[in-house]
Amino acid sequence: MSNPGFRYSQRLDLRSGTVDMTHGSGGRAMAQLVEELFVRHFDNELLRQGNDQASFPVEQGRMVMSTDGHVISPLFFPGGDIGSLAVHGTLNDVAMSGAMPLYLSAGFILEEGFPLADLDRIVASMAEASRKAGVPVVTGDTKVVERGKGDGVFITTTGVGTVPMGVNISGDRAQPGDAILVSGSIGNHGVAIMSSRENLEFETTIESDSAALHQLVAEMVAAAPDAIHCLRDPTRGGLATTLNELARQSSVGMHLRESAIPMDEQVMAACELLGLDPLYVANEGKLICICTAESADALLEVMCSHPLGVQSAIIGEVVTDDQGLVQMKTRFGGSRVVDWLAGEPLPRIC
Amino acid sequence: MKYIDEFRSKELAHTLADAIAREVDTDREYRLMEFCGGHTHAIFRYGVQKLMPPNVKFIHGPGCPVCVLPIGRIDNAIELVQQHEVILCTYGDMMRVPGSGRNSLLKIKAGGGDVRMVWSTQDVLQIARDNPHRQVVFFAIGFETTTPPTVVAIEQAAAEGLKNFSVFCNHVLTPAAIRAILAPGQSDEPEPMAIDGFLGPSHVSAIIGTRPYEPLVEAYGKPVVIAGFEPLDVMQATRMLIRQLNENRVEVENEYTRVVTREGNRKAQALVDKVLELRPTFEWRGLGMVSRSALRIRPAWSEFDAEQRFPVPEITASDMRGCECPRILRGVKKPTDCKLFGAVCTPENPMGSCMVSSEGACAAYWSYGRFRSGSEESAA
Repeated sequence: MSNPGFRYSQRLDLRSGTVDMTHGSGGRAMAQLVEELFVRHFDNELLRQGNDQASFPVEQGRMVMSTDGHVISPLFFPGGDIGSLAVHGTLNDVAMSGAMPLYLSAGFILEEGFPLADLDRIVASMAEASRKAGVPVVTGDTKVVERGKGDGVFITTTGVGTVPMGVNISGDRAQPGDAILVSGSIGNHGVAIMSSRENLEFETTIESDSAALHQLVAEMVAAAPDAIHCLRDPTRGGLATTLNELARQSSVGMHLRESAIPMDEQVMAACELLGLDPLYVANEGKLICICTAESADALLEVMCSHPLGVQSAIIGEVVTDDQGLVQMKTRFGGSRVVDWLAGEPLPRIC
Repeated sequence: MKYIDEFRSKELAHTLADAIAREVDTDREYRLMEFCGGHTHAIFRYGVQKLMPPNVKFIHGPGCPVCVLPIGRIDNAIELVQQHEVILCTYGDMMRVPGSGRNSLLKIKAGGGDVRMVWSTQDVLQIARDNPHRQVVFFAIGFETTTPPTVVAIEQAAAEGLKNFSVFCNHVLTPAAIRAILAPGQSDEPEPMAIDGFLGPSHVSAIIGTRPYEPLVEAYGKPVVIAGFEPLDVMQATRMLIRQLNENRVEVENEYTRVVTREGNRKAQALVDKVLELRPTFEWRGLGMVSRSALRIRPAWSEFDAEQRFPVPEITASDMRGCECPRILRGVKKPTDCKLFGAVCTPENPMGSCMVSSEGACAAYWSYGRFRSGSEESAA
């Protein structure tokens, strides 16, 4: 993309400049934004070619593709920002098929007036997340919308990856008798976001768990290629909603043990205070694994020995139930249905 | 969590469950209404029903503060946003309660109305300070627990001279609602009452004390035990109710002694009395018109009364035709007896009060019904 004979009269003002309509108009200002901000941060060979698409060789076997739009508020939160989240979210969606993600694309919708300094910070964080994950952003797009028609910045990322031979992981493969595992404490992301929302600032050291899980998945898949039936990251709607999705897709029921579900004390306390149920609070760096009962202990060991799965636990099992109910033995000793989230998770007033 | 886990102890729960199982008379049923949504929540969240003998049944009462608000008052609030372009502030779960035509504040917000969810009345005051050229209305809802913070905000606004803040007051009173359940209005034909006793409100009672329940117990002969919101509180209070029924005692007892006294919080009561007064009558979703069951702002504070500042017409949009909420609330009908249940009335599209919150009797039944016909007994 860089042309040695081409110079801009002034460098992009990353300190106090803002996004304006010319940054999306396809002219010189846009070229400068792409070059001095996006390419500078994401720098890689495919992007440097400056084409409207990235071209790469295709491996044998199955390819996986996934896309995710990110519209989070606030843009910066404890433990991450919209940039790192946009990378992790899509990498995880690709990885939940058992695939190793290879490439990412990123589409930015910027609102007129958005500070370039913030954009620079977001893109730097995205690039850092992508480098750390070993998955480059190889193509992208930028559009600018008028002030008031966006919320600062929206980022859509798409990822592609390949699934190793012999691996067949899908949400409809859970079978009665299977074990249900989760890779760590739940609710951290949602609580971190809430703690930094404008009208709700409360003091906590909880950070978002936002992380790319594909290396963890790769180790799990390598350890038990046939035994893993389903993988899914419990993002919006939390653990409860994701398990209900899987139960419906596979036409099975589930029995959970509340006491086995890892939860941080601070997350529990924050949820207690806010009148929320941690089972319905979002995660961005956790996965649910449904696997054969025989392989559960071995997989648990693999998960626990990975830095992103230290607190992993077996939380229940899949049962026969044509109504697809997720039930839970409560810590208190009773049992209850863990239902789908109805509408938005709103705090209760009494 | 220290100071909370103690009230959720599995070991104590089993000890209590065994004690209750020993004490119940297996020849009779114990139909106990927990008035508050908070209790219903605890019963469901911790699976308390499962720890009870089969002849002890919880009937979920109307004590979910957002569920009891009638359609007309929600339509009023919607009108404030749409016609008078105010910033309307309210508590979270009020957002999805349906008004007429399946409209809700959530939908109004999506359509561009300025509706804001707040966590406290202090947030509302701040919004008013930050937007001096806009009218900011607090859509005040809830039982006696949420009333004092509303009153504090009004006093603060007066002290600061905030001219753009007002309150659309919908605070309601618990004892009046209990009376309405026990003695349906004259228009209703007399109906059998299938409730043996009440688990009384916890936070509400912290404010009003236990005294206001005494005349009710005397007049209607049903015992009341004030219970805390933790699952062990619910179980202990249930045991106390069972004992009263077994011994033919009819009293107000207090399980929640660590918080509730007979007199309640006198300072809060005085504050509320200074700014608010009784309404002659007020409509409840599910119960109809109930006399002396709600509060309004006293004339001396009318400057902060949204009903004085804006034209707020009395809308008596009746509940959905065919809705059985009133009888369900009295325990004489089951949710499945209602023609609307599960057909046009579901948790995603609630019609009557009992379906609005996840704790309403119908919403609970919606899940529980599936539960019963499923594989409940094999739960791990």
